[in-house]
Amino acid sequence: MMPQYFLFTIDNREKIAGVLVCLATFLLFSGLGWAQEAYKEAVPVAEDPEVEKRMLILTEDLRCLVCQNESIADSRAEFSNDIRRIIREQIKANKTDAEIIDFLVDRYGDFVLYNPPMKATTVLLWFGPLIMFMIGLWFLVRYLKMRRVQIEEVRLTEADEKKISAMLNDKTESLQLQNSSENLMKQEKTMGGKHQRTSEISTNENKGNKI
Amino acid sequence: MMRYLAPLFAFLVLAVFLFVGLSLNPRQVPSPLIDKPAPEFELYNLHEPDKLFSSKDNLGKVWLLNVWASWCIACRDEHPLLVQLAKSGIVPVYGLNYKDENTTAKQWLRLYGDPYVASLVDPDGTVGIDYGVYGVPETYVIDKQGIIRHKQIGPVTVDSLRNKIIPLIMELQEQT
Repeated sequence: MMPQYFLFTIDNREKIAGVLVCLATFLLFSGLGWAQEAYKEAVPVAEDPEVEKRMLILTEDLRCLVCQNESIADSRAEFSNDIRRIIREQIKANKTDAEIIDFLVDRYGDFVLYNPPMKATTVLLWFGPLIMFMIGLWFLVRYLKMRRVQIEEVRLTEADEKKISAMLNDKTESLQLQNSSENLMKQEKTMGGKHQRTSEISTNENKGNKI
Repeated sequence: MMRYLAPLFAFLVLAVFLFVGLSLNPRQVPSPLIDKPAPEFELYNLHEPDKLFSSKDNLGKVWLLNVWASWCIACRDEHPLLVQLAKSGIVPVYGLNYKDENTTAKQWLRLYGDPYVASLVDPDGTVGIDYGVYGVPETYVIDKQGIIRHKQIGPVTVDSLRNKIIPLIMELQEQT
């Protein structure tokens, strides 16, 4: 018999499932409760849908200075509420979009604009990515050119060719082959690194033959 | 040699950019109003609701405009300093009581002291927006010609008073 305090006995499974379902339902509904609470806090929409629409389009591209990573349209900060209110007022007073933007830039600077104008101070912002890209491109081209020089093919001498074809054709005498390949490797060591490629080929072939 | 120095150089450039970038405070948005005329306003005094104060009245003297509210927690941090500054008589301090309730504002001043020559009531924050206020507290130094010379974003500190605000006031007061 399982001890009483051990929860996960087979008899208890259904009970646990029941508890979990209750808990999940509770959490779900309490979550909805919060959502409704938050909804209540939302500022009432302006009476004129046309004004509201224009205001929203304008504020999409404006930065909330308090929250900084939200647009004024999205933000629920007090600051954004005020700015939205002021924009509504100005729209009703028949101000143009440019006038409203100017009004805000005069007070808060270019920082409120998500789409900053091109100026001496914003040149790096506008062209920085392009400059970085060009630098990257320059490095890439230079690297590729250097690489081409480095991997210039080394012609095999006639003697090398002979050895290779001998190795490839001679499949039965593995012992002799091993000897000859060892010789080849020794030779390469004395010849230095230039024949890297041929040595790779020969060792690969060697492995294939052994099997 | 170049092949070993290049990554080091790239790292140094990156480090300088990061160092400068990370030491900037994103909350300190430079105000476009610096060295521009302070926006004019006419507001009521918190203590004398029948008396209208105009910002033009202060032409010819250097003054501070301190944006405050009773709901603002950081204002409590700077408030003793403002009280002290007002007592020293170096500079007249005016308050802009930003989006506040008159009764709680008066209570707050009774509780923490009143450094202001006048507290001007801006209940819906309209004047605040003209001044580019986006957080409380903020403090403006305005010169004799009515031009904003400095904006302190956030509470004034001993450091900012000693190194920036008071020397600036002294300098501005000597100008005619």
